[in-house]
Amino acid sequence: MTTKITTAVDRRVFLQMSGALVVSFSAASILDAADVVQGPFDTRRSHVDPTQLDSWLAVGADGSVTAYTGKCEFGQGMYTAQIQLVAEELSVPVSRVKLLQCDTSICPDQGTTSGSQSTPTNFNERNLAQAAATAREALLRLASERLGVPVDRLAASDGVVGVKGDAGKRVSYGELVGGKRFDITVNAHAPRKAVADWRVMGTPVPRVDMTEMATGTFEFVHNVRVPGMLHGRVVRPAAVGAALASVDEASVRGMPGLVKVVVRKNFIGVVCEKEWQAIQAAAKLKVAWTAGPGLPAQHDFYDYLRKQPARDAAIVDSKDIDQKLAAASSVLKATYLHPYQMHGSMGTSCAVADVQGNKATVWSPTQSAYPTRNGVAAVLGIPPDNVRVVYVRGSGCYGINGADTVSYDAALLSHAVGKPVRIQLSRQDEMAWENYGFAYVIDQRAAVDRSGTIVAWDYESWSPSLGGRPGYDQPGNVVTGMLVGFEPAAPAPRAAGAPRGPLRNGSNAVPSYLAGCIDGSCNGAGTIKSERVVTHTILSPFFTGPLRSPARLQNTFAHECFLDEIAAQVKADPVEYRVRHLSDPRLREVVQAAAKAAKWQPRQSPQRTGSGRGIACVAYEGDNGYVAMVADVDVDQSSGRIRVKKLVVAQDCGPITNPDGMKNQVEGGALQGLSRALGEEVTWDDRKVTSIDWRTYHSLPLGFDVPEVESVLINRNGVEASGAGETAITIVAAAVGNAVFDATGARIRQVPFTPERVKAALQART
Amino acid sequence: MSEIALNVNGRSHRLDVDSATPLLYVLSDDLGLRGPKLGCGLGQCGACTVIVRGRAVRSCVTPVGTVAGAEIMTLEGLGTPEKPHPLQQAFIDEQAAQCGFCLNGVILTAKAFLDQKPKATDAELQQGLANVLCRCFTHVRMLRAIKKYQEKRA
Repeated sequence: MTTKITTAVDRRVFLQMSGALVVSFSAASILDAADVVQGPFDTRRSHVDPTQLDSWLAVGADGSVTAYTGKCEFGQGMYTAQIQLVAEELSVPVSRVKLLQCDTSICPDQGTTSGSQSTPTNFNERNLAQAAATAREALLRLASERLGVPVDRLAASDGVVGVKGDAGKRVSYGELVGGKRFDITVNAHAPRKAVADWRVMGTPVPRVDMTEMATGTFEFVHNVRVPGMLHGRVVRPAAVGAALASVDEASVRGMPGLVKVVVRKNFIGVVCEKEWQAIQAAAKLKVAWTAGPGLPAQHDFYDYLRKQPARDAAIVDSKDIDQKLAAASSVLKATYLHPYQMHGSMGTSCAVADVQGNKATVWSPTQSAYPTRNGVAAVLGIPPDNVRVVYVRGSGCYGINGADTVSYDAALLSHAVGKPVRIQLSRQDEMAWENYGFAYVIDQRAAVDRSGTIVAWDYESWSPSLGGRPGYDQPGNVVTGMLVGFEPAAPAPRAAGAPRGPLRNGSNAVPSYLAGCIDGSCNGAGTIKSERVVTHTILSPFFTGPLRSPARLQNTFAHECFLDEIAAQVKADPVEYRVRHLSDPRLREVVQAAAKAAKWQPRQSPQRTGSGRGIACVAYEGDNGYVAMVADVDVDQSSGRIRVKKLVVAQDCGPITNPDGMKNQVEGGALQGLSRALGEEVTWDDRKVTSIDWRTYHSLPLGFDVPEVESVLINRNGVEASGAGETAITIVAAAVGNAVFDATGARIRQVPFTPERVKAALQART
Repeated sequence: MSEIALNVNGRSHRLDVDSATPLLYVLSDDLGLRGPKLGCGLGQCGACTVIVRGRAVRSCVTPVGTVAGAEIMTLEGLGTPEKPHPLQQAFIDEQAAQCGFCLNGVILTAKAFLDQKPKATDAELQQGLANVLCRCFTHVRMLRAIKKYQEKRA
């Protein structure tokens, strides 16, 4: 049975449907386009020129607006938010805007949808926002010519330009430009609508995909069906680093529906007529693998990391840290440990590829449409321009899950059989081979003066890395690319150079309380002038990659717990003590707002009553969102179980596009952070990963004792819009850890806070 | 292969499939339904849930042969975009989703559970949802939607 692929509408067909006459690229001209431009988003090149308005927007004869974006929806609400943006800037109803996202044949290359960068990229004064503003400016100019009235007497609403004070004189967008190209460049200075004039932005517009999702009619990539499509399954190595010894094709010969066993270097897969047949054939196929190099033991992995050759970097170094520590009246030290964690998407990753000769189409849930185009081209050995990647939403990814690797899988299998192939990974293949969020060892030291103020802070971390996002030219950064022979990116050991300024605290390696000075320029959020932040990156035995708040979350756990430890040592109130060491007004304000909403009473921790509260905060990536959280917990001291009762989150991400969408992100981030803090940890034995399903990797289910989550949204105008998807999650472990300390006097310095670790910390109390 | 009669969302189908095939693959591949989804294939997450004879069943581990002739309901059979079931409407009203991949399991598990136990306490409801996952952690809204539905139907 085949289903119409509504997401795979190409621009030409779409414009015919919408009644627009915009002359568009034929498929051939797309693939042979000579007039390529260098992309502005650290991208390579694309036939869709982002300097041209027509690359971003088209107005149909019926007045409908079609926008093209390189930033896609995967559950965070970006689809609806971008529609709001276009509707607002063009003064058309939300229902009249269609958004086509991340299809390499028609959308601008905006690199990867990640890092809480979609809002900064498309909502501030550039890109989609500026394209929409340019279109409005152009429509007003056209209306002025048509009506013979100066622009300053015109006003647009509901897709119609009218003359102020003359209700009879009006002309619709469809009449002005419908069916024609704008043929102008995006004006970087086209005026944006003032926040005070917003009608659609800033309001809780419901998600446009919500009804389809709730009624089971929404098309995920898992639902893509193309005529003649077959089903594939891969057979991954039996151990990390194992190589193929032999494949016994006779072991599956004669199985129902079997089309082909595909072998390419260490990549093994089967293609069958039906999905269940492919699952059975993959299980039955006899494959012999070499033993592999073996894995470092998990029980002392954190010590192992300290001893490995590393790529070192100094982020800040005031050069006086050793003297300050030696001279201080009091020095505190602590080490924090964070495990590898996984994206663990709800649905395993899935893609459909149709490779015919040297041309390929891939329906992919990737966050990186254009880079995946290049990656698919590389694994197939064909030119990137011969590959079209059509983004179709997958299961929520939270970073680089199996989406990119499964796109390569689909392409390789389809290439081998010359027919369209769909593949959805098994749960084990997803979990054992994805790019995990980084493990971390973090040593903190701080010097405190006689007044109890921190005068020096010394941070040193060890973190393993291998692979990551493939970008445009490193398909080996995910497992399938490596299996077919591409090298993953690996950290080459080298000594640290001098810090290079000005500080951009993208990984939050620098604690918020530091001044962050490099060559006299201070970009930190805090007051501590004596500072040193040094990182060591080590070769990881497993693939790693960005997992929601990558490195920021791990670093912030260590910073915010350590600040709390110091506050307790000097008997200071954790809220007051934070504010005392912060210089950034926005960060101070969210701390105070969270404390106020939580009715925080100044306290010295620990109170040791079995119930406690803790606070944590962060300026995400230094300046991409400000958030603070108060956690209230009960600790059952006999079982070691933590029950989180309430999380109060205060957040300032600049002007808010959709307050309900932002709340949804805050709530989800808070609880996902809780799951990661309390239970999630990748495990392994001497050869392979052993956390391979939901019994061995522990995600809090819908039926856990869900805490109340209260969001305090600070809607700040007059600043740039920043990201909101990775803020709350960054501070959960610290807020909860600090609350557990307040409740019990036990400090837990290792994530996840399992009952065993809580009990051990309770016993270790002094 | 053998011919199996399936009754899905009130429609009868006769299909020539291996009776050991998990129901999920028949629903999504042979019948083209989008509600039930492959989450884990192990019966651990709920994404593949369908309602069979009034009970929530994990279709990824249910051989199709065992449900031949039974009334099977998927998420798209519960209500339609034009006329959502009150529980679906509660999810829409609360905007209780992020990626939406888990919604099938959440809604159908809650539906079957509350049909059996309309007056379930919070603790019982928690128990009923103990093996359902949402990895976007939209728990707050989902539980609110389910509670509102429960209160309304009482």
